[in-house]
Amino acid sequence: MRPQDILLPTAAGLCCKPGGFHIDPVRPVERAVITHGHSDHARAGHGAVLATQETLDMMRLRYGENFAGSTQTISYGEEIRLGDVRVKFHPAGHVLGSAQIAVTCMDTCIVASGDYKDAPDPTCTPFELVPCDVFITEATFGLPVFRHGDAALEVKKLLASVALFPERAHLVGAYSLGKAQRVIALLRKAGYDAPIYLHGAMEKITSYYQSRGIALGELRPVAGMKKAQLAGTITLAPPSATSDIWARRFPDPVTAFASGWMRVRARARQGGVELPLVISDHADWDGLTATVAATGAGEIWVTHGQEDALVHWCKSRGLRAQPLDLVGYGEEEESVPAAQSEAGA
Amino acid sequence: MNRFAELLDRLAYEPGRNNKLRLITGYFREVGDPDRGYALAALTGALSFKHAKPALIRDLIASRTDEVLFGLSYDYVGDLSETVALMWPKAQNNPQSFPSHPSPPPSPTRGEGAQRSAALSATTTTNGELASDGRTAFAVPSPLVGEGQGGGYSGRDANESTHPNNHNNPPPPTLTEVVTTLRTLGKTELPRQLERWLDELDETGRWALLKLVTGALRIGISARLAKTAAAALGDKDPHEIELIWPGLSPPYLDLFAWLEGQAEKPVNRDPAPFRPVMLAHAIEDSDFASLDPADYIAEWKWDGIRVQAVAGRDERGEIAARLYSRTGEDITGSFPDLVPSLRLPGAIDGELLILREGRVQSFNVLQQRLNRKVVSPKLIKEFPIHLRAYDLLGDDENDLRELPFAERRERLQRFIAKLDDPRIDLSPTVPFANWDALTAARADPASAGAGEDADAVEGVMLKRREAPYLPGRPKGQWWKWKRDPHIIDAVLMYAQRGHGKRSSYYSDYTFGVWTESENGDELVPVGKAYFGFTDEELLQIDRFVRRNTTEKFGPVRHVVHEGDKGLVLEVAFEGLQRSPRHKSGVAMRFPRISRLRWDKPPREADRLETLEKMLKADESLPTIKLAASADGH
Repeated sequence: MRPQDILLPTAAGLCCKPGGFHIDPVRPVERAVITHGHSDHARAGHGAVLATQETLDMMRLRYGENFAGSTQTISYGEEIRLGDVRVKFHPAGHVLGSAQIAVTCMDTCIVASGDYKDAPDPTCTPFELVPCDVFITEATFGLPVFRHGDAALEVKKLLASVALFPERAHLVGAYSLGKAQRVIALLRKAGYDAPIYLHGAMEKITSYYQSRGIALGELRPVAGMKKAQLAGTITLAPPSATSDIWARRFPDPVTAFASGWMRVRARARQGGVELPLVISDHADWDGLTATVAATGAGEIWVTHGQEDALVHWCKSRGLRAQPLDLVGYGEEEESVPAAQSEAGA
Repeated sequence: MNRFAELLDRLAYEPGRNNKLRLITGYFREVGDPDRGYALAALTGALSFKHAKPALIRDLIASRTDEVLFGLSYDYVGDLSETVALMWPKAQNNPQSFPSHPSPPPSPTRGEGAQRSAALSATTTTNGELASDGRTAFAVPSPLVGEGQGGGYSGRDANESTHPNNHNNPPPPTLTEVVTTLRTLGKTELPRQLERWLDELDETGRWALLKLVTGALRIGISARLAKTAAAALGDKDPHEIELIWPGLSPPYLDLFAWLEGQAEKPVNRDPAPFRPVMLAHAIEDSDFASLDPADYIAEWKWDGIRVQAVAGRDERGEIAARLYSRTGEDITGSFPDLVPSLRLPGAIDGELLILREGRVQSFNVLQQRLNRKVVSPKLIKEFPIHLRAYDLLGDDENDLRELPFAERRERLQRFIAKLDDPRIDLSPTVPFANWDALTAARADPASAGAGEDADAVEGVMLKRREAPYLPGRPKGQWWKWKRDPHIIDAVLMYAQRGHGKRSSYYSDYTFGVWTESENGDELVPVGKAYFGFTDEELLQIDRFVRRNTTEKFGPVRHVVHEGDKGLVLEVAFEGLQRSPRHKSGVAMRFPRISRLRWDKPPREADRLETLEKMLKADESLPTIKLAASADGH
């Protein structure tokens, strides 16, 4: 069976005809299989949704109880049959509940990995390598200039800055789902035990992480705090908020931003970032290429991001590779602050 | 080198002056000799070696990476040194590459790349055996990892601690090593040496190294700031460092020893040292009320270059003469024709001018002599240099800076008379009985004593008779009173966010004036300003921008600007130039917002014709200045 008979890119997203479902559809469909809870992958309005417990919970938090006609929970390692195919979920290491979806039809296995990272993350189950025939990989950081170092060292940089400027507030822009909780967990791991402050927009999702047993220490809402009280503190906020009017409540804030984009100076400067922290929830170039090679797949489909470079790399290694022109991904997450809307709160 | 690179990296992002100072002082405190000395040299621009060409860097990266990947990366990053620094692969010293699988490039920053590829290779090897049983995943799904960051692949962590590869690399070079090696390295050895260093440094270290060797290390801080940061290390006044600076050289061991209280203050043995200059405040109309004309001496403010001309005797009793810019830069080499005139030991504060047949030429003419690499006899002949003296800081061995200005001025007169040199004369005082008389003189310098040189006068200086010569810009001692700036009313058209403290404010404004077009009157942008307003006014404009945005283009907001809707800004500027690059055809020098005209409807703002008239008037006066550094006081 040809792989494209199993999974085919369509306007609504990656469509599995023999299984009768779409993976991470960007338009409402009858049956959706969702890799993870980021809003560009998990959208409301589908008939039936199959996803991990965490992903379903996050969709519920974001869209309300009636975000889908019906839902079905699946665990990592669990396999179910949908139409003519078998579907199995594996941890993707991207955020809490994130999964790669292995779709097997007859003797052909395709893994749609969604967003993934192979670097350690204390807030989610580690990435699992799934051998397959066709590997669908993201390419958010698909250029050799993107090599994310040890996230713990970046957090050390943040703490050194807090020590150097005790009278200033440190404002860390971080994506609300996943990145923020990872940064907090890393701070705790580095021995930082003071209360950490949160922008209102990330309170709900963060307390959900805590309810799943992830220890994040004492967290406080930043709303209602006096300016002077915020000296020497660390606050996490959505990237858009750090350059907004909202940021004026902080005493001479040091604006940090935790993102893989911070590797490139021009990108960091664009957003007015003073303390770039290279912490990414996506695989870096070395991670992408190492994973692609390790799956043993002979054919690689590359989606959202810097497809050209990764396709070129695959071909130079004798792998069949092509970009999958899927639209609608990578828009919410990891975008630079300047490009973001100005949600207040 | 990595630590120095880290400092540069942090400085590059930090907009605040005081915060920059703390970062640099922190570095000096933390890093020992001689590295910190070479860092100080790099920050003050005191390092010199032959720079590498970008082509060399390109060759280096071409030998290590795929051409297509480099091209795509360079396109994305946009900066050669940064691209190379980020994608530079480690030397291939990994013994564990499996022949059956292409080995991915290791990830050196994590110090675990080699292990990872090994673990992956192992995984895929096992894959063959597992393939038969329905593609069971290899790794065992693990529970949430609360403590101890789980390795992405099974076994990765376990391998990590035991792997010997991490310890094979030589330590990264220190800044001292890099600087001292570069000084003596031959051209042919450079590529190999650079390659070795690139292998040893981290991303930021590689970036700083490449910027350093290509001579493109733009740090965005002044030499003065770096010296101030050094002074803070020993709680000293930065002026003390300025005083001894000309006698010091990298790596400044004696300086740091003194700053840390371990040695005496280094003595400046320079026979002709620079003395930090005294600067003036711009006077406001409201200041006059509190000033007594009798307390002040007035002089013309010349449109030239502020210099300090110093002569002294060296150990052998020979005269050494030097010319310094207001920042202490030695510019003697650019004006060899003035050196023979500096034959009396002393230190003159004055203005560098071009004189032709006894007449002061415009700044435009002077500018043609500046920044020339070669000072040819022709240049010297066509642009005869002249020093107009207005202060004397030292007379032979005597430091005069503690004396009142009136007394120094008398000494200066005697000094100039004794020197009796056609290239050096005295800047005359402007007699005045009251402020009205001075106002009249300033409005018409030609009939108030400046005569034919009036075109080169850009205002008057007021110096308090009793003022000692104080470095910096002390309050109430010296005032500069420039001729009126140009003022127009323009309409705010676009706004952009500022940087640093201002990053949440729309503080950069593009403004325009009316001009006639096919569709009737329309606004054409004539300039951009981002200062001149008070904090309170900034808040007001910011609020206006947010409430009146009609469109957004990336970071730029299009602000409403119609005949009856919009904000009029009073813009002050120093001069106009024709500019084919601007749609309006004119460019402003030094524009700033002087007032907010909430009261004025946009349709009553100025028109382009007004600017064109000003331009014609400006062109008839040869006083258009191009260089921002020209302002001597």
